[in-house]
Amino acid sequence: MAGLSSLPPPLTSDELQRGRGSRRVSPNLVAGSAILLVIIGLVLAAPLISSYSPTALNPLQALLGLSMHHLLGTDELGRDEWTRLLYGGRVDLEIAFLAVLASFVLGTAIGCLAGYFGGWVDVLVMRVVDVILAFPFFVLVIALVFILGPGTKSIYIAIIATDWVSYTWIIRREIVAMKKHEFVLAAAALGYKHTRIMLRHLIPNCITQAIVYSMSDVVFTILTIVTLGFLGLGVPPPTAEWGSMMSDGQQFITTHWELATFPGIIVVITGIGLSLFGDGIADLLRVE
Amino acid sequence: MTDLLLSVKNLRVELSTRRETVHPVENVSFDLAQGETLGIVGESGCGKSMMLRTLIGLLPRGGRATGGQIVFQGTDLLSLNEKQLRDVRGRSIGMIFQEPMTALNPVMQVGEQIAEGPIAHLGFTKKAGRQRAVELMQQVGIPDAVRRLRAYPSELSGGMRQRVMIAMALACEPKLLLCDEPTTALDVTIQDQILKLLLELQASTGIGMIFVSHDLAVVSQICQNVAVMYAAQIVEIGSVASVLADPTHPYTLGLLRAVPDFDNVKSVLESIPGIPPSLADPPIGCRFRARCSFAQEDCAVGDFPLMLADGDHASACIHSDSCRAAAQADPIIGARAAR
Repeated sequence: MAGLSSLPPPLTSDELQRGRGSRRVSPNLVAGSAILLVIIGLVLAAPLISSYSPTALNPLQALLGLSMHHLLGTDELGRDEWTRLLYGGRVDLEIAFLAVLASFVLGTAIGCLAGYFGGWVDVLVMRVVDVILAFPFFVLVIALVFILGPGTKSIYIAIIATDWVSYTWIIRREIVAMKKHEFVLAAAALGYKHTRIMLRHLIPNCITQAIVYSMSDVVFTILTIVTLGFLGLGVPPPTAEWGSMMSDGQQFITTHWELATFPGIIVVITGIGLSLFGDGIADLLRVE
Repeated sequence: MTDLLLSVKNLRVELSTRRETVHPVENVSFDLAQGETLGIVGESGCGKSMMLRTLIGLLPRGGRATGGQIVFQGTDLLSLNEKQLRDVRGRSIGMIFQEPMTALNPVMQVGEQIAEGPIAHLGFTKKAGRQRAVELMQQVGIPDAVRRLRAYPSELSGGMRQRVMIAMALACEPKLLLCDEPTTALDVTIQDQILKLLLELQASTGIGMIFVSHDLAVVSQICQNVAVMYAAQIVEIGSVASVLADPTHPYTLGLLRAVPDFDNVKSVLESIPGIPPSLADPPIGCRFRARCSFAQEDCAVGDFPLMLADGDHASACIHSDSCRAAAQADPIIGARAAR
C-alpha cells in the first residue's frame, strides 16, 4: 500500500471539466499540414531533387515534351519545367509568407492602437482603411507596382500597403468589443501600463480571428503574385515564378499543354493545402 | 483616529454622456482607519460603484471628479497625474470585482495573472513571480496551488476564481482593498467562505477595506462601520451596531424592514414604495422625501448634510427622532437594539 502514496492524486471534477481533449486536431489540419509540408519540402530541396539549372538557357533542348530526362518537359528556351516549378515555388511562397507576416504585424499594431485609444486616432485610421478597402484590390496593387517599377521590392511594398488594412479592420473591431470586458478594467485597476494591457490582455484575446484570416490571405497573396507575374509585372526574368511560367507557357498551349498547366495545378494544390490548414487552425484555436 | 488611512472629503463626481450630465457622487465624506472595514450599502445605481472607481481614478469616459479631496496616506489622489496614479493602483490600493468570471483574462493562466502585479510593479523576475503566486494561492486557500498555476479561469469554480481575484489584488501587499460586491455572484456557502477569508486576511495583514454591497447581512458580518448611500449621497454613517440597531434615517429603516425575517414570517415582504430619483435631475430638498413616510413640509427645501446623532453616528434626516422611535417600536429592529 505504501506504493500508492506516490501516485498522483486523482483528478478532481474541476480537472475533468478542463477538457484538454476538446482541443481536437481536425482531419483538415492533418491533410493541410501534409500538403504544405510536401510542397515546402520539395521547394526547399530543389537543388537535391534536380540537377538542372532553373535559369541557364539551352536552346538545343527547347520544347522537348514529357520524358524520363525531363519529367515535365522543357520550355521554349530549353529549361527543365520541373526544375523551374520547384525554384519558382521558392519565390512565390517566400514573398507570400513574408508579405502576409509584415501586413499581419503592421495591421494588428495599428488596429489595436486605434481600437484601444479610440477618439480621433481611431477615426483617422479607419477612414484610411475605408479608402483603401474601397479600391478594387487588384487595381491598387497593379497601379502601385506599375508606379514603383517591376521587381520583388515593388511587389512587397504593393502587397503590404494594401493588405494591412484587413488586419487593422479585424483587430480593431475585436478590441473595441473586448475592451468593454471587466478584466480590462481589472487590469487597469491593478495599475498596468497601456502597452501591457494591450499586449498581454487584449491582443491574446483577439488574435485568433487574424490568424485564421492570415491563412486564407496567404493563398490570396500567392494568387496576387502569380497574377502580377502573368501580367508581366512580377518578378523579372529569368527568375522562375509560377505566374510568369503560366504566362510564357500559354503561347504553346496547343502543342505543349504541360508548360502552362503544371504551374496552374501546383498553385491550386498549394491553395487547397493552405485553406485546409487554415480551417484546421481555426478549429484548434477556437475558444471553448 | 490617529492612524488614518483614507480620508474622503466632499467628493463630487460628474458623468457626462451624450444625452445628459449626472452627478453619481455628491458631497461624499468619510474616513477610514488602518485595518478598518467600511461597508457601503445602497441600491443599484446609487453611485456606490462609481465612488469606488473614483478612488483609484478609473471613471468611465466622460466622468471626472469635480470637487473634494481623496487623501490617501497623506496624498490627495485627485492631484496625481496618470502615471503617479498607476503606481498607486495595484501597488497601494487593490480592487476586487463582482463577477470573477469576467474580471479574469480568459486566455491567461491564473498563475501568470497573479504573478503579473509583482512583475510589473515590484520588478520580480518570472521565476520569483511564480513563487509569489504559489504563496498567494496558498494564502487565499486554493488547494494544490502548484498545479493550479497553469489552470485557465474557465477551469476553476466561481469561488476559486474569486480567490484568484483576491490573490491578484493582494499580490503587491496594498494598504487598502476596494471590494465591489465581491460575493454577490456567489452562492451563500461560497459567499461565507470568501467573507471568512477576507476577515482572516485582514487580521493577518492589517489592510483597510471598503466593502461595497447591497446585502446588509454581509455588511454586518464583515464591517465595523457602514455608510448608507441614497441617490449619490451618504444619508447615514456610523458603526454597524448603531446603524443597524438604531437607524436614524428613514431609508436605512426601510432597507432593514425589507430584509426577510425567518423567525417571524410575514405574508407580504416589506419594500420601500416608489423608485429612486433620477440623478440627472435630482429633487430639491431631501432626496428621499417622495418615498418617506416621515416627510413633512420642511423636508422640501434646503440642504441635508450629515449631522451627528450621537458618538460617531451621523444622519442626514432632520426628523431622525421620529424615525428612531419608529425603529424602536419595530418588533425586529427594536429587539436587536435591546440585545
